Amino acid sequence: MKHLLIIPLMLLLACGQQQTSSTTEAIGAPLGGGQSNVKDETSEPDVVRVAVGSADHTTLVTALKAANYVDALSNAGPFTVFAPTNAAFEKLPAGTVEDLLKPENKEALQNILEYHVYVGVINEELVRDGMTFNQVNLDNVTLNKSDDGKLSVNGANVLGKVKASNGVVYVIDAVLLPPDKK
Amino acid sequence: MNTKINRIALSLGVLVVLLIGYGCKPKGPAEVTTGDAASKVYVAPGQYDEFYNIVSGGFNGQMAVYGIPSGRLFKILPVFSVFPENGYGYSEETKPMLNTSHGFVPWDDLHHIALSTTKGEHDGRWAFGNANNTPRVARVDLGSFRTVEILEIPNSGGNHSSPFITENTEYVVAGTRFSIPLGENKDVPISSYKENFKGSISFIKVNPETGRMNIEFQLRTPGFNYDLSRAGKGPSHGWFFFSCYNTEQAYTLLEQNASRNDKDFIMAVNWKKAEEYIAQGKGKKEKAKYAHNTYDEKSHTATSTMLDEVLVLDVMEYPDIVYFIPCPKSPHGCDVDPSGEYIVGSGKLAALMPVFSFSKFQTAIEQKDYEGDFDGIPVIRYEAALHGEVKKPGLGPLHTEFDGNGNAYTSFFVSSEIVKWNVKTLEVLDRVPTYYSIGHLSVPGGPTTKPHGKYVIAYNKITKDRYLPTGPELSQSAQLYSIEGDKMQLLLDFPTVGEPHYAEAIPASLIRDKTVKIYPIEHNEHPYAAKGEKMTRVERKGKEVHVYMTAIRSHLTPDNIEGIRVGDEVYFHVTNLEQDWDVPHGFAIKGATNAEILIMPGETQTLKWIPKEVGVVPFYCTDFCSALHQEMSGYARVSPANSNTPIKFSTGDTEGQK
Repeated sequence: MKHLLIIPLMLLLACGQQQTSSTTEAIGAPLGGGQSNVKDETSEPDVVRVAVGSADHTTLVTALKAANYVDALSNAGPFTVFAPTNAAFEKLPAGTVEDLLKPENKEALQNILEYHVYVGVINEELVRDGMTFNQVNLDNVTLNKSDDGKLSVNGANVLGKVKASNGVVYVIDAVLLPPDKK
Repeated sequence: MNTKINRIALSLGVLVVLLIGYGCKPKGPAEVTTGDAASKVYVAPGQYDEFYNIVSGGFNGQMAVYGIPSGRLFKILPVFSVFPENGYGYSEETKPMLNTSHGFVPWDDLHHIALSTTKGEHDGRWAFGNANNTPRVARVDLGSFRTVEILEIPNSGGNHSSPFITENTEYVVAGTRFSIPLGENKDVPISSYKENFKGSISFIKVNPETGRMNIEFQLRTPGFNYDLSRAGKGPSHGWFFFSCYNTEQAYTLLEQNASRNDKDFIMAVNWKKAEEYIAQGKGKKEKAKYAHNTYDEKSHTATSTMLDEVLVLDVMEYPDIVYFIPCPKSPHGCDVDPSGEYIVGSGKLAALMPVFSFSKFQTAIEQKDYEGDFDGIPVIRYEAALHGEVKKPGLGPLHTEFDGNGNAYTSFFVSSEIVKWNVKTLEVLDRVPTYYSIGHLSVPGGPTTKPHGKYVIAYNKITKDRYLPTGPELSQSAQLYSIEGDKMQLLLDFPTVGEPHYAEAIPASLIRDKTVKIYPIEHNEHPYAAKGEKMTRVERKGKEVHVYMTAIRSHLTPDNIEGIRVGDEVYFHVTNLEQDWDVPHGFAIKGATNAEILIMPGETQTLKWIPKEVGVVPFYCTDFCSALHQEMSGYARVSPANSNTPIKFSTGDTEGQK
C-alpha cells in the first residue's frame, strides 16, 4: 500500500517550487488575462470576436493569435481592421503564411498585421477617392472609391463591412503588403 | 478489507498525481504576480502607508487620497464639484468657491494633479488641479486637505494642459485644449478656424509664501489643440514644453481630420524670455471676465471676486519665446526626465516614441537648424533636436514617468501595458499588461527631479471583469506594480472613485506631521461665530433671521427657537466648539432644500433654510459624535407670516416641563 503513495510524493517534491504558486492561488492569486478573456456574451462583439465568428477569417485569426494581437484589438480602440479572407491569404505565394506563422518571423507578421489596422473608425461615407490613412505600422494605405461607391484599399476590394463594438471591420479580398522599408 | 484500502489509496494517488499535474502546468495568468505580493501591500491595522497618493477624480471633479501600497481610500477631497459628505458647495461659506463668470458651476471635470515643488523636489505644501470644462485651476492645502483657492482662466476653450508647474512652483500653467476665436470679433464662421482661431497659454504666478495665484500673463499662440505639458528642470529650467495636436487645424470630425499629418508639434516656450518682455512693459492688457475665489481658513469663508483684465503677449510678435519641435502623430504626453535633458513625446497614434535632447534643441536654435516655420514660428528640424527613438515600444503611447535610476515607464493605451525603457539607451527593458486600457500612470515623485521610485501605479480606463460586477457602471480601477527589481511585478488591484485620471504620490513623511487637527476657536474670525455658548443668540434683520448656534457634545445651543415666520430666510451659523481632533458635528433641519452641513472643530458653517409652513420643526446633529448623539437635537417653531410671535431662544429652559 505504501509504495502507491510514494510516487505522487516524489512528484510533489520534484515540482516543489510550484508550491508557492499554488498557495497563492489558494488565497486568490490575481488573474492576468487580457481583455479578450472577459466573459461577455451580451455586448456587441468587438473586432476580434467579429473575426473569430467568421468562417472566412480563420487564417487571419490564427495570425492575430501568433502575433499576440488578440488582446490589443479587444481593447477600447477604436479600430478599423481590413480583414483579408482565407481566400485572400491563399493568393499569397505558397508557404508564405506558414513562414509568417513561425515564431522567428513574429516581427514581420506583426508588421503586416499592423498594416491592416488603423486607430480610428473610417466612415465609408466620408471616404474620398485617393484618401490615405496612416496605419499602426506607420505606413500609409490608400483608399479608392469608384463612381458607384465601391471601396478598395491599395487595390484590394472591400467585400463587406461589419460594425463592431470597438470599431469596424472591412472584409477585403487581398492581403495588404507594407512597402519595403528603406 | 485490504483490497478496499488499496483501492482507496490508489484513487488518492491518482488524485494527487492529477493535482500535481495541474500545479506543474506551464506559467499561466495566475503567475503574473508572485507569492510575496500580498505581503508587499499589507499594511497592518494601525500602521501607516508609506505614500499618499493624490488621485484626480476625472469627471467627478474631485481629488481622492489613497495610501500606497495598501490602496486604501482615506478621503474624497472636493475641488470643482459639490460634495454632500462635507457640505462643500452647499454651505453658504463654500458656495463662492464654485462661482465663475458663468455663475455657480456645481460639477466639473478634474484631470491632472500637480504637487508643489521646491528645487524640483516635492515640498508637500499644495496640490493643484485643473477644471477641464469651465477652465479653472485650484489649489489645495496639504495641511488641511481643503480647496483654498480657485482661479478661472479667461480666453480658454477648455483647460487641459494644466496645472503643470515649474521647478520652484513659480508658475502653474493653463493651456487651452481647444482653440477658439479670441480678441474683438468672436462671432465668426466655424469654418474660418485657420484665420480666426487662436490658442492661449496662461502663466499663473504662485506667491511663494501664501500660494495665492494670479494670471501673470497669457501667450496668444497659433490655433490648434494644446494637450499636455511639463516644465523643464535643471538645465531646461526656464522652458515649458507643450504637446500639440490637430496642427491640421481641423474643426470637424477630428477623429479623422486631425490625424492626417505625419507629425504635429511639441511647443517649447522660453518663459524666462516672456518674463523679460513683460518686465519691459511689452504685451497688451485685454478685457476679460474671470472669477478668483479664495477660502479663508480663519473666517472659514470663501470670497469670490470678479476680475476684468488680463495681460496678453502674442508670440507672433515675440518669436523668440516659442519654437516648435516636430513630433509624430498627435502627441499626447510630453514628459521631461528628472535630469531635465530629455523630453519624451508620446504620439498616441504612433508606434515609436521620440526622445528629444534639450542640449541638442538649444544647439539647433543657435544654428537656426530649422525645417521651416508655422505662422512665422520656427520649426526645428526633427533630427536636430532628436536624442533618439524608442522603436516599436507598444501601441498608443500616452504618458511617461521616471524612476531615479535612469528608467522611464510609459503607458500604452491601445495595447494596454506599461513599458519600462532606459532613457539614455532607449532600450526596452520590460513590459507588463494592465487591466485594462491604462491612461496615466504614476511613479512616486515621477515628475520631479528626485523620484522616490519603488512603485508604478496604473490608472485604467476600463474595468470590465476585474471586480464583482455592479451593473453597467463599474468601479474604476488602479493597479500597483513594484519597480524595485529589474522586472515590474503586479502587486494589487484597487478600486477608485470617479475616474482616476492622473495622480501623484508623495512620501507620507512630507505631509503627515503637519496635518491640521483642529481650528483654534480663538482664531475664528467668522462674522457670525458664537465662540462660546454665552454668545449664542437669534437676531432678526427684516426677513432674515440669523441663528448664532454652537455645537458641543451633546447639545446644540440654542435648541429651542421661536419667532421664525413662514417665508423667513433663516441662517443657521453653527460653530463647533470642540477643540478635539476628529470630532466634527453636523447640522440638518427638516425641509431644508439644500442638504446639510458638516462643521470641523473650531469652525463655523452656515445652512440657509426658508420655512414654507407653520409648525414645529426638528433639527439635529448629523455626525455621530458621542454616546448622546441621538439626543443632540432641537426644535424651531414656525409661525404664520403675519404673526407677532417674538424671537425667543433657549437651551435647557425647562420652565414648562412638569
